[in-house]
Amino acid sequence: MARERFVYVTYIASTPARVWKALTDGELTRQYWKHTNESDWKPGSKWKHVADDGQKTVRLVGQVVEVIPNKRLVLTWAEPAAAADAARHSRVAIEIEAVGEMVRLTVTHDELQPEMAQKIGAGWPRVLSSLKSLLETGRALDTWA
Amino acid sequence: MKDVDTVFRALADPSRRELLDRLFARGGQTLTDLCQGLDMARQSVSQHLEILEAANLISVQWQGREKLHYVNPVPIHAIYERWIRKYEQQRLTALHAFKTRLERK
Repeated sequence: MARERFVYVTYIASTPARVWKALTDGELTRQYWKHTNESDWKPGSKWKHVADDGQKTVRLVGQVVEVIPNKRLVLTWAEPAAAADAARHSRVAIEIEAVGEMVRLTVTHDELQPEMAQKIGAGWPRVLSSLKSLLETGRALDTWA
Repeated sequence: MKDVDTVFRALADPSRRELLDRLFARGGQTLTDLCQGLDMARQSVSQHLEILEAANLISVQWQGREKLHYVNPVPIHAIYERWIRKYEQQRLTALHAFKTRLERK
């Protein structure tokens, strides 16, 4: 079966540097995503997505593929049980672009297997809305309550 | 015009909602793909897609000379947060208070 792809776009009244920081700074991701994104964000390094649940459950792992600060970040993306199997890694490309006074943030999630595609469908719109809210109003959405 | 107005206006048309449903069912379709089986002129489909794109309800990617269309549910999620979840919560709280009162008697 064909691998699936999703393309999400949101416009945020912010700067590319602030959006970049919000995606790569564990404390900020915790605020709007309830998970910390952890890595040194160098190509070839590993990254992980850790739940802010007291037990620090690792929910996602992957590799950092491409890094252009404030502009482009490409990651592989897998559940911890699938970490060793490259065929079960999907790919997330995040692009940040200044458009007038706004930033266009595009998340392309592809090479998805159907099982993962279902989970993704509900996830990204929530994360991106919450990120937008945090950067524009100082408050993340209460969407995980 | 505010973003949210653009989104509601884009959604207020059955043909555009059908195009969104088709893209939800299968992402990455071209204009030609989307015209198939639709009782609509290619030019109308193209105009509807432009309106949906302007409202940020669809995202596009170029693959060579092909323009691929995807549903972008982020603005719909914003509507959900602003216009649906809020009212759901109020109703649920009211129901909860009602139940608590009845059970106390």
